[in-house]
Amino acid sequence: MATTVERAAGTPAMTDASQRSIIQSVRASVRPAIVLTLALTVILGIAYPTAITGLAQVFFPSQANGSLVYHNGQPVASALIGQYWTQPQYFHGRPSATVNLAGTPAPYNAANSGGSNLGPTNAALQAEVQANIDIVRQQNPDVPDTTPIPIDLVTSSASGLDPDISVAGAYYQIPRIAKVRGMSQDAVRKIVDAHIDGRFLGLFGEPRINVLDLNLALDQAQGK
Amino acid sequence: MTFTFNGLAQIAVYFLLIVLLAKPVGLYLVAVFERKNTWFEPVLHPIERGLYWVSGVKEDEQQDWKAYTVAMLIFTVAGLLLLYAIERLQGALPLNPTHRTGVDPALAWNTAVSFSTNTNWQNYGGETTMSYLTQMLGLAFHNFTSAAVGLALAVAVIRGFVRRSGKALGNFWVDLTRGILYLLLPICIVYALFLVWQGVPQTFNGSAVVTSLEGFRQTIALGPVASQEAIKMLGTNGGGFFNANSAHPFENPSPFSNLIEMLSIFTLGAGLLYFFGKVAGNVKLGWALFGAVGFLFLVGAVICFGAEQNGNPLLATVHATNDAVVHVDQTYHEFALAQPGGNMEGKEMRFGIGSSTLFTTVTTDASCGAINSWLDSYTPIGGMIPMLNIALGEIVFGGVGSGHYGLLMFVVLAVFIAGLMVGRTPEYLGKKIEQREVQMAAIALLILPLSILGFSAFAIVYPHGVSQITNPGPHGLSEILYAYTSQTGNNGSAFAGLATNTPFYNWTGAFAMLIGRFGFVIPVMALAGVLAGKRVAPAGPGTLPTTGTLFAALVVGVIVIVGALTFFPAYALGPIVEHLLMINGKSF
Repeated sequence: MATTVERAAGTPAMTDASQRSIIQSVRASVRPAIVLTLALTVILGIAYPTAITGLAQVFFPSQANGSLVYHNGQPVASALIGQYWTQPQYFHGRPSATVNLAGTPAPYNAANSGGSNLGPTNAALQAEVQANIDIVRQQNPDVPDTTPIPIDLVTSSASGLDPDISVAGAYYQIPRIAKVRGMSQDAVRKIVDAHIDGRFLGLFGEPRINVLDLNLALDQAQGK
Repeated sequence: MTFTFNGLAQIAVYFLLIVLLAKPVGLYLVAVFERKNTWFEPVLHPIERGLYWVSGVKEDEQQDWKAYTVAMLIFTVAGLLLLYAIERLQGALPLNPTHRTGVDPALAWNTAVSFSTNTNWQNYGGETTMSYLTQMLGLAFHNFTSAAVGLALAVAVIRGFVRRSGKALGNFWVDLTRGILYLLLPICIVYALFLVWQGVPQTFNGSAVVTSLEGFRQTIALGPVASQEAIKMLGTNGGGFFNANSAHPFENPSPFSNLIEMLSIFTLGAGLLYFFGKVAGNVKLGWALFGAVGFLFLVGAVICFGAEQNGNPLLATVHATNDAVVHVDQTYHEFALAQPGGNMEGKEMRFGIGSSTLFTTVTTDASCGAINSWLDSYTPIGGMIPMLNIALGEIVFGGVGSGHYGLLMFVVLAVFIAGLMVGRTPEYLGKKIEQREVQMAAIALLILPLSILGFSAFAIVYPHGVSQITNPGPHGLSEILYAYTSQTGNNGSAFAGLATNTPFYNWTGAFAMLIGRFGFVIPVMALAGVLAGKRVAPAGPGTLPTTGTLFAALVVGVIVIVGALTFFPAYALGPIVEHLLMINGKSF
């Protein structure tokens, strides 16, 4: 057991566990280990997340529930989660490598995030990029062959839910959007330029465009 | 290598912020662990006293290295067994609205070890495997406690180095409780609310279902994400709520949240270095080590950024199937037609190359292991940097503790080697570094490569080990090396292509994590026990100065030499040869 060591007058008596054998230390640790494990489970596993949930629901209810965007009263998206765009009048997002629970491709599956995990020297990566190039070319026939395709339009994002494209990636799609919507390229370009999100403090992250924001703005500009 | 002004400026400004944070955080750590009054005293002191009372802890009792280590082990075992039991029994327990069945033994064991050793390696998808009860009670609890245990151990080792009398290293239960109550919990409350403000969900409701403008139905997974995200980063745990971890827009919505997440990985480690100098009586001791690891951080961050910004040369030659003129553009554009360029496979647009590679360097310099881009898709050199960072012991700012005492082992070795070179008895902080100290430091530093290289060698000659590789060629070796490096180093990040949810990888990985945590810390604590109470000799003219640039350079030299000698042969067969093949146009 612990021995009590007399300290200089005025300071509290301190017990010293230094003289214990290993076995005694094990025995002395059992109660604190079990009780603290249970007590901390209550504080950290129940009280903490519950308190944060309460505060978040009071102060930031929109964000706490997924930043949902409503159109004509119906939830159409989360402002932060990318979606699968296929129709020609809308700007398209980046390729998504997400799958469903059976493992088959399901782009922008927001219940099962993930990337391709293809390595840099894996021939499958080159095949995937080539397939994506073909898709982009087919969708944007009015762009000259000599205009290179921005890399973000043909590579899979990390989450498979990337809501953004690069400014170059948006400009690449302007001729198609203008033609399908019967707008001038300048008019589309103005809307694109108005939706560029800059870097944080002009330094961190990248300039980018939220595809949903842009598409909603296009619809709005045409009174849809 | 390709560099941009913006990418380099991000690294520089981030580093400056860490320099500025080190002192205030370090001073607060002194208050927490030297039991001085903090701002939270009126609210938290009664809770602290209450916890000691119910658990029978005598807060003034001091423990020597053995008693301290035993207490730590018993506490870890209790939490480990509790988590294992919850996982196995979750099907019969409450709070299971998604009807998850019990986790199979190998995966349950791997996960229990993973979370109790601060590794947070995940061989499962959270939303498809774990019940709400398991996530909340089991995993979140360990996010706090495994971090607090790491901090307590680092503080105990520091006490061994600096205390001039007695064998006492402090009281494990007090250090653990104070670390959680006064440090981790208050910061996490503010941090979690910041994350919600930025867009991280925090709800107990189920998924949201939306119908897009084009008519696609999308089910969007939600949950109490922010509360877990905060401690995941601050505690350098790294276990994500979602499979995509900090690349998921709901875990890391913006460049601002990304910056704060990166800062929270390094803050406590940088503060610990200041804490070390402060309690040792000379803050320059801490700044010398800060300079050494700061240098290693900068070199790693710049190389990783340069490699990724350069892009993948194999993609430069890819063209449209029917039109050889159509190519991709991997160059960076700043102003008109802005785009990040570079190797964007597995990276998010809002982070581009700069904020992705900086995050990757930071998360592996410390023992975090959260990711905001997929490392398996990095270029060979870009992916080698995080692997090497972990292999060196995650000593760069050290995360919550484990890396910090790893750095002190390199310091012992550096002092010893310098002593041999000048022919004097090596000493540090006035204490002689003798046979026993060097033995313990050597055991600690050798056990990590033994586990990493040993398990990797076994996996690549074992047919099942190789069969789980998904990227062929030398990249496959990198995947296996990374798996055991990350688990031994208690990091938790992955070359995630390797399919590791098999009995073989679950069991060997769990062993690697246990060796990396306890095989490492027990000799370190023994060393601290030997150093504690050693007589302090006054510094003379022949004493090696352990502050300043020369000493920092010496520490860097020892780290680089030990690391290079140990891992170069393996890396030559993995990332290095893959790089050479890649730049010569070879794919697999």
